[in-house]
Amino acid sequence: MADKKQGLIDQKLQDLNNDGIDRRGFLKCMAWAGTGLVWTMRGGIPMSQAFAKETGHHAGKGGDFSFVQISDSHMGFNKPANPDVSATLQAAVDKINGLAKKPEFLLHTGDISHLSRTEQFDNVDQILKSASAKELFFVPGEHDVLDDNGKAYLERYAKNAKGSGWYSFDKNGVHFIGLVNVLNLKAGGLGSLGGQQLEWLEDDVKHLKHSTPIVVFAHIPLWTVYPEWGWGTQDSAQALGYLKKFGSVTVLNGHIHQIMQKVEGNVTFHTAMSTAFPQPQPGKADSPGPMKVPAGQLRSVLGITDVNSIRAPHSLAVVDSTLA
Amino acid sequence: MTKKNVWVKGLAMPVMTVMLLVGRSSTVRASDQPAAAAAEVKIDNFSFGPQTLTIAVGTTVTWTNRDDIPHTIVSTDGVFKSKVRDTDEKFSYTFTKAGTYTYYCSVHPKMTGKIVVQ
Repeated sequence: MADKKQGLIDQKLQDLNNDGIDRRGFLKCMAWAGTGLVWTMRGGIPMSQAFAKETGHHAGKGGDFSFVQISDSHMGFNKPANPDVSATLQAAVDKINGLAKKPEFLLHTGDISHLSRTEQFDNVDQILKSASAKELFFVPGEHDVLDDNGKAYLERYAKNAKGSGWYSFDKNGVHFIGLVNVLNLKAGGLGSLGGQQLEWLEDDVKHLKHSTPIVVFAHIPLWTVYPEWGWGTQDSAQALGYLKKFGSVTVLNGHIHQIMQKVEGNVTFHTAMSTAFPQPQPGKADSPGPMKVPAGQLRSVLGITDVNSIRAPHSLAVVDSTLA
Repeated sequence: MTKKNVWVKGLAMPVMTVMLLVGRSSTVRASDQPAAAAAEVKIDNFSFGPQTLTIAVGTTVTWTNRDDIPHTIVSTDGVFKSKVRDTDEKFSYTFTKAGTYTYYCSVHPKMTGKIVVQ
């Protein structure tokens, strides 16, 4: 079983990473990963860790600070894939609260609700109140902006944001950028940032030092995971173009309810697990709909994830020396 | 007392029969006009089926979402737009003008479909 899993990881890495980067530096972390990721900034290099106890002692160790990413809570979903998404979100919060090092804040990368309904947002807010991390940052998923073009989402989660909800902030020398790519989607297309947001982004990073570590978070992947299922963002290349000058860029996404990673130059892309239900691997099912598993296995399917922190030794080493 | 009840029952029967007859005859009259046509599009596995549907002018198309995930039915030219449709929820639109109407799911824009009205 372990061999098979290792084989899959190797295969995945080979598929995603055939760009000549030395693979010896990879930190491979296979674990029962719970329903979220902890990110530890270590000299400007974000390193992902699984939630579970088996790896919990690594989390936060030696880092300047840590934060937590959760995603795709889909509050209100009640189909067989997971009839109780409140319970699994609560389980994610319990995992966060059990971490050896208290995360400074929490990022939710969208699909907070299933149908953008007030009571669904209320329910999530109530559960997240019990999280040890009191500061919360959100970006919307397409399920959060249904019917009202994101009005209710904006009022609740992004009052001080620009446009349809994008913003940036600085923490411990790291520049965080929350982007919105789930609105004004065109027929036949992928996720979309739009001209106004791209303009803002260009301006937002213009005056930052090249050594500033950048963390970008958005719901739909900012790299093309699988266009047939809409798993990508139409104009992400332009956004990433503005970030080329930076030594360390980490992109955190949700939407696809499974962990995938890719390294492209100085940019590391990660997608997070859902706290609600898993989705199939790209192309491995008729559609990207919820993956049904026996009730007793639900949390293990949500939780079993191969987490790989991938480091490109040379480029990131440079960043490492210019920070802290 | 008992007699009265029986009488009432006896009266009820013919009344119901008359109502049935009236109902029937109105149905017959309606069919003299061109019947209001109906057609269906099913949403399964993140796709509209049939993807292209050809109908006569005046046809009402009803979309039914049979996925576990909500979808929308939105005309690319702004002709019609459904609210978000969760599992088993429906949306109907009557096409009164000939033409080709392309539409998509604004939540999952890879899902596209076409209604050809002749």
